[in-house]
Amino acid sequence: MRGLRLGLRRGWITWRAVNTTREGLFQTIVWNLAPLIVLILLRDETIDAVGVSLTASMLPGMMAILVVFGVMGIAYYLANEREDGTLLRAKATPGGMRAYVVGLVVVAALDVAAGLVIVAVPGMFLLSGVAVASVALWLGLLGYLALGLLACLSVGLLIGSVVANPRTIAGVGMLATTGLAVVSGLFFPVQVLWGWVQVLVQLFPMYWLGLGLRSVFLPAEAAALEVGGTWRTLEGLLVLGGWAAVGLLLGPVLLRRMARRESGSKVEARRAEALQRA
Amino acid sequence: MGVGMEVVSESVASAVRTRAAVRVRGLRMSYGEQEVLRGLDLEIGHGEVVALLGPNGAGKSTTIEILEGFRTSSGGEVEVLGVDPVRGDEDWRADLGIVLQSWRDHAKWRVAELLEHLGEYYAPYSEPGRPRPVAVAELLDQVGLREQARHRVGALSGGQRRRLDVAIGLIGRPRLLFLDEPTAGLDPHARQEFHELLHRLADVDGVTILITTHDLAEAEKLADRILILDGGVIVAAGSAAALSREVAGRTEVRWCADGERSVHAAEDDAAVVAFVRGLLTAPGPAVTELEVRRSSLEDTYLAMVRHREGEPVSEPASEPSTQRLREAPSSRSEGER
Repeated sequence: MRGLRLGLRRGWITWRAVNTTREGLFQTIVWNLAPLIVLILLRDETIDAVGVSLTASMLPGMMAILVVFGVMGIAYYLANEREDGTLLRAKATPGGMRAYVVGLVVVAALDVAAGLVIVAVPGMFLLSGVAVASVALWLGLLGYLALGLLACLSVGLLIGSVVANPRTIAGVGMLATTGLAVVSGLFFPVQVLWGWVQVLVQLFPMYWLGLGLRSVFLPAEAAALEVGGTWRTLEGLLVLGGWAAVGLLLGPVLLRRMARRESGSKVEARRAEALQRA
Repeated sequence: MGVGMEVVSESVASAVRTRAAVRVRGLRMSYGEQEVLRGLDLEIGHGEVVALLGPNGAGKSTTIEILEGFRTSSGGEVEVLGVDPVRGDEDWRADLGIVLQSWRDHAKWRVAELLEHLGEYYAPYSEPGRPRPVAVAELLDQVGLREQARHRVGALSGGQRRRLDVAIGLIGRPRLLFLDEPTAGLDPHARQEFHELLHRLADVDGVTILITTHDLAEAEKLADRILILDGGVIVAAGSAAALSREVAGRTEVRWCADGERSVHAAEDDAAVVAFVRGLLTAPGPAVTELEVRRSSLEDTYLAMVRHREGEPVSEPASEPSTQRLREAPSSRSEGER
């Protein structure tokens, strides 16, 4: 309980600290304004086949991307904070590791929430043909976002605890995530791609998060555009739940293993390395 | 040290207190083939301020990291506050303060905010007579960062950052504070301020402090007792004064007779006097130059450092001995005596 409370507080202070710096705030706003602008530009387009606006099918994809990138941020924070000694500090503090992990999750959740507030809230008013006032829609939306967050978190934790170098994560990780986002059927049907890509993409939570969110926003007829012509709700929940479970089970183990190897001389060595790069 | 404050939880406190704060026996550590620590012994009493002095690569950081519980040793017994650090739990950890040379964490947080937050982790360990955490305002005054309380941590100067690290190390009112090369990279002024801070701490709080440094002057200034670590073992231990006396006992007699230079190392003053008398009265070529020199603690330490760095050096002999020196161009010393 204590760890949870300290972790919530830690996450909130960290997030606030980042977003009250000029660069932090700038990044948060610019990253999230881009998709909003796309939505605004495309507001009058419709998908003729099913009679919904193009934005209604894009917004779920954008939400999925926000979640995924928010969580990739975790991998980045983790690698970065291993380098600057934050993780070692947590280890040197009684009860520090538990609060640290909770804090990471809180930061990712706040990043995602900020993105959703900037993109999704105005975006909702740009959708024609979607009943934004419906309770079912909001329940489904929040449910999928929470599950998606947990599932992606798990991937973020795995990457962050295996890859040590924050620059690798910022570079390769972001590139890979972007690539995955492009082929995950968020903006065009995944069926136009080769079969093996379709299989690969369906192993990751991003595809299923996008699919689930579309099922919430779009009318039943739009399912015709998906693989197999249905929303495959059960399969989606299973894959997302599976990833979430992997993260909850494996995450603490990997983090502990990673933290156990931290010491002052490791941090010092990385500092020296970082100085050389500078 | 906090007299009269430790009445409560006497049983626990005394159980911990009767033994040394740190006890190490035969500590060994090797990384693959390389042996860094080779049977290190050390003992630190409660309330002592001890400096672990040694050249870079002598094993200081390895030692302190084993004591902090961040590294597992290859062998030997270690006890820190009565517990083997490998098995140290969160309660044990709450009694330690750790200051590293390279913290750069929480750069975006504000100074007082970070101290407040980290202090909260220690609140459950508070006991009557030993309130934890230490009040942030008090701590900021102590380390001279009151003005910077609202500043971002990343905006502090090197010296300020290091003082903040000490404040963080102290926030939980530790029984034992580790400082690993705390003044590395500080300018002379910041270093001076840091020394004053440590003096105040040791006097006021009675906390046990183990500090590592490669700077002899720093060790002399700060510590009650200095342990010199070289080649993975403690090679000398004692107060700065005692160490000076100990190594000063090794006195070198250098002389030149018949153009040949020699040196003799003697253990104590009586031996020196006897040797010199013998040397001057002995039949044979007349002594043309004579120098009797006590090697200082600094000489000994510098010799050790040079040795570490791979330069050949004639180490001060511990056994009385005489050796011929190679003929050196002696135009300078010729005129001196």
